[in-house]
Amino acid sequence: MIAERLSRPEPAELDAADRRIINRLQDGLPLVEAPFAAVAAEIDLSEGELLYRLERLRDSGVLSRFGPMYHAERLGGGLTLAALEVPEADFERVTAAVNAFPEVAHNYRREHRLNMWFVLATETPEGIAEAIEAIEAATGLPVFNMPKQEEFHVRLHLPV
Amino acid sequence: MSVSTCPSEANAATPAPGGLDAVDRAIVLATQAGLPLVPDPWSAVGKPLGIAGEEVRQRMQHMQASGIIRRIAAVPNHYRLGYLANGMTVWDVDDAHIDRLGRIVGTLPGVSHCYRRPRHLPEWPYNLFAMLHGQTHADVERQADELRSLLGDACRDHRILYSSRILKKTGLRLAGRSDRQA
Repeated sequence: MIAERLSRPEPAELDAADRRIINRLQDGLPLVEAPFAAVAAEIDLSEGELLYRLERLRDSGVLSRFGPMYHAERLGGGLTLAALEVPEADFERVTAAVNAFPEVAHNYRREHRLNMWFVLATETPEGIAEAIEAIEAATGLPVFNMPKQEEFHVRLHLPV
Repeated sequence: MSVSTCPSEANAATPAPGGLDAVDRAIVLATQAGLPLVPDPWSAVGKPLGIAGEEVRQRMQHMQASGIIRRIAAVPNHYRLGYLANGMTVWDVDDAHIDRLGRIVGTLPGVSHCYRRPRHLPEWPYNLFAMLHGQTHADVERQADELRSLLGDACRDHRILYSSRILKKTGLRLAGRSDRQA
């Protein structure tokens, strides 16, 4: 993926109904027979309007996705956060090399000596070590592996 | 465990660790890109897999109860909602207190993710990570100040690492054929 295409999107114009939808659905869809009808009733919309707006919010990128959030490790996969100290002159080359790995799910530049931070997701726990070794070979840089040792909290909720 | 089972292999009934059978894995592959936005999403997921909607719903309910599904939810794009400042705060916390303090930090309203991670001395002394979100850097710094006082003497040092560029964002995908039906 070309890094330049991932510029930061502008804040969206949202009306009151959009806000109710976003706030309510970050908390989770109930696993009932007609889940969207149930949520629509809670926030004073028709089922049709909720679905129409939700689709629009997703397609315009206000929501990056709508669906189940799977717990990678409980599915048997490997997951870790890793960082690199990338020399400035080499940043674009290393970005391309790291992003070329399908195991790299997210990659961010951050302002620190360790200036590249990425999430690795692999099919098996053992896959993490192999991916790290391959990234070190491709970039010529040591990878700082920071797997979680304890999860205290995971719940993204951004009220609007 | 392999999670590469394709929907066409759903009848293979391969037992898997974590209580997931082949049908569950077919549901995972069919929904990881998203849930169809239709009145009966369970039937929409089940139809191409040859499973009734009610079975899909019950299986997803079971996966949620066992923590395999955290929840079925709207995942917002931070920037599009006006959260322009997203700071990864990192803290060097006394090992004797980190588990107790980490649990408290995780309950603060601005914290979306909070983990204990290994130090890499001497380059990286930080063992507690907390993601903070705000409209401005000042918002994030205010939250970080609160966090600093909460951690007290157990915290030796901290940093806020803002993301200054998104280099890649594809999200997590399990291997396998995942035909999106959204």
